[in-house]
Amino acid sequence: MKLQRKNRLRATALGALAVSGALVLTACGSDDNTSNDTTGGSSSAASAPAASDISCDGATGQLLASGSSAQKNAVDLWVKNYMAACPGVEVNYKSSSSGEGIIAFNQGSVGFAGSDSALKPEEVADSKKICKTGQGINLPMVGGPIAIGFHLEGVDSLTLDAPTLAKIFDTKIKKWNDEAIAKLNPGVDLPDKAIQPFHRSEDSGTTQNLGKYLAATAGDNWKYEPEKKWPAPGGQAASGSSGVATQVKQVDGSIGYFELSYATSQSISTVDINTGAAAPVKASSENASTAIAAAKIKGTGKDLALDLDYTTKAEGAYPIVLVTYEVVCDTGNKAETLPTVKSFLTYTASDAGQKVLTEAGYAPIPAEINAKVRETIAALS
Amino acid sequence: MASTTPIDSPPAPPARQVPPAKSTGRAGDKVFLGLSRGSGILLLVIMASIAVFLTYRAVLAVSKDEGNFLTTFDWNPAGDPPVFGIAVLLFGTVVSSIVAMVIAVPIAVGIALFISHYAPRKLAAPLAYVVDLLAAVPSIVYGIWGALVLVPNLEGLNLWLDQFFGWTYLFEKTEVGVARSLFTVGILLAIMILPIVTSVSREVFLQVPKMNEEAALALGATRWEVIRLSVLPFGRSGVISASMLGLGRALGETMAVATVLSPSFLISFHLLNPGGGTFAQNIAAKFDEANQLGRDALIASGLVLFVLTLLVNGAARLIIARRKEYSGANA
Repeated sequence: MKLQRKNRLRATALGALAVSGALVLTACGSDDNTSNDTTGGSSSAASAPAASDISCDGATGQLLASGSSAQKNAVDLWVKNYMAACPGVEVNYKSSSSGEGIIAFNQGSVGFAGSDSALKPEEVADSKKICKTGQGINLPMVGGPIAIGFHLEGVDSLTLDAPTLAKIFDTKIKKWNDEAIAKLNPGVDLPDKAIQPFHRSEDSGTTQNLGKYLAATAGDNWKYEPEKKWPAPGGQAASGSSGVATQVKQVDGSIGYFELSYATSQSISTVDINTGAAAPVKASSENASTAIAAAKIKGTGKDLALDLDYTTKAEGAYPIVLVTYEVVCDTGNKAETLPTVKSFLTYTASDAGQKVLTEAGYAPIPAEINAKVRETIAALS
Repeated sequence: MASTTPIDSPPAPPARQVPPAKSTGRAGDKVFLGLSRGSGILLLVIMASIAVFLTYRAVLAVSKDEGNFLTTFDWNPAGDPPVFGIAVLLFGTVVSSIVAMVIAVPIAVGIALFISHYAPRKLAAPLAYVVDLLAAVPSIVYGIWGALVLVPNLEGLNLWLDQFFGWTYLFEKTEVGVARSLFTVGILLAIMILPIVTSVSREVFLQVPKMNEEAALALGATRWEVIRLSVLPFGRSGVISASMLGLGRALGETMAVATVLSPSFLISFHLLNPGGGTFAQNIAAKFDEANQLGRDALIASGLVLFVLTLLVNGAARLIIARRKEYSGANA
């Protein structure tokens, strides 16, 4: 008995030690965070003279929004600048996923939704219940390149074209020194190593956009429908863009796709795409903007859903791009959030708002389309 | 973790207290009786309504499934036509849990024996404490550790297993790829269920009547013989029920599996190949982007997991109940 009690006491002491140790550690952690936050805040305040461009007229209270995580970093920057300019307004963007955002929008619980693919007909039909007099429309707001990252010891730069890329992701090409790859990369010493393609394990708009690109350009080499779910049977999966990037970083001989910012932040080499233009095209914000400029508006009425031209052969146009939309009602928005939605989206579509995108590794929407977006926002009711 | 263990049903204590009926008739007693009975009933009502709601949604989903819910090797409720089935998930869940059990139970029994019978007192308590601490680590932390540390470091072991045990079919590695396999998930789950199996087993081993052990020692048995002849037979049912509790946890593990596994809708007994899937992992991965039907389908798959876990916990309870008079572990 005595012994046992002593032991328990000791165990408690050990536990207390562990807990206090953890507290000390977490205390350090949160200290660091706050200091980071304050520096981040002040620097952005310094770099945002654009605040005066933001007109907050009529905007009040809290605006809830939800959706695509692909545009999260952009929206975070916008929200920070916007809230600095308009005190008293709170914009809350919950980055979950496009699907979740659209569901929330069609339930009427958010002012606008972010989505990396345009509304489907049945989703538009659902939106008519919430937009009493109108329907949900897509406003293209953020563009961005989907980088193809690879990790191959001894190889820093690599050029691929759509059919080769399709065969790699469909595990039809299994070795790095395959003839098809060698032909596109003369002078590069490709090792006799197995290719390990990585894709997203969860449904994702990034997957769907890559699928659209491959379906449009790779011909018979990619026979799958572009869907959010990864369609091909082979390869390995990891969860989230960050998960795929981590695997590519870790595994020699791997290749995967993710938003460009993940490649830059983890210094992963990206594939240059041979589009048929004079020179292979690098994945970069500017090159993505050039490609998006070739897009046509396919939406009818006020809907500005884009039809991207994946087969573009224009010089310096990086064809694997993603456009994310903000989804709102054209008419029949909720009265209490309408002024805030209008004011916030006016800022995001403004020159100042679009300029922020390049800083965050995204691509601005080309001027011609952007002009229509601004027009539509001004007419929201 | 305690919440997944079967707890005595609430109505039992009042039933036992009725015969004494020593109530002084004060209002407080009546209020307390009413409150406790009321919360018991409320709990059952809430549980029942959750069950009804989930079953309703699940039935809705399954009725729209164009594939076979039990045998289809695909999960595409957003497709046209919607097709989804749980075969792969059931397989992956059971296989990864079995791998976890095969690894964890011997180790856990070993640790429990060491703590209860071999370790000096000074070492035993801290050691027991450290093992219990493993239970307090959030599963996502295991997931991140698994993805960043375990997976890259398991490649060597995988190649070794493939080379020397490839003939077993189970350990034959037919696909290239890092160790994001059901086998790796099994190892991770084994670490995660160690604490519960160890601590329950330890409790049971400590319950062995001292007389038995001393009698064996008096007859000249070595310490190992004492363990073999008196401790292990006495503790067998306790260890089995401890393992069942661990199994219950392994079946439902979500984030750690979702982070470590490379999911694919294939059934393969090549344990080292990347691929497979479990119920909980699939729900975590698919829920965000799922449409209405997709969510209902996931709920349906969750109900299957629920039934599976219920069966396992029920079996554990049966075993505990059968040896209740010995086991101090059923608290």
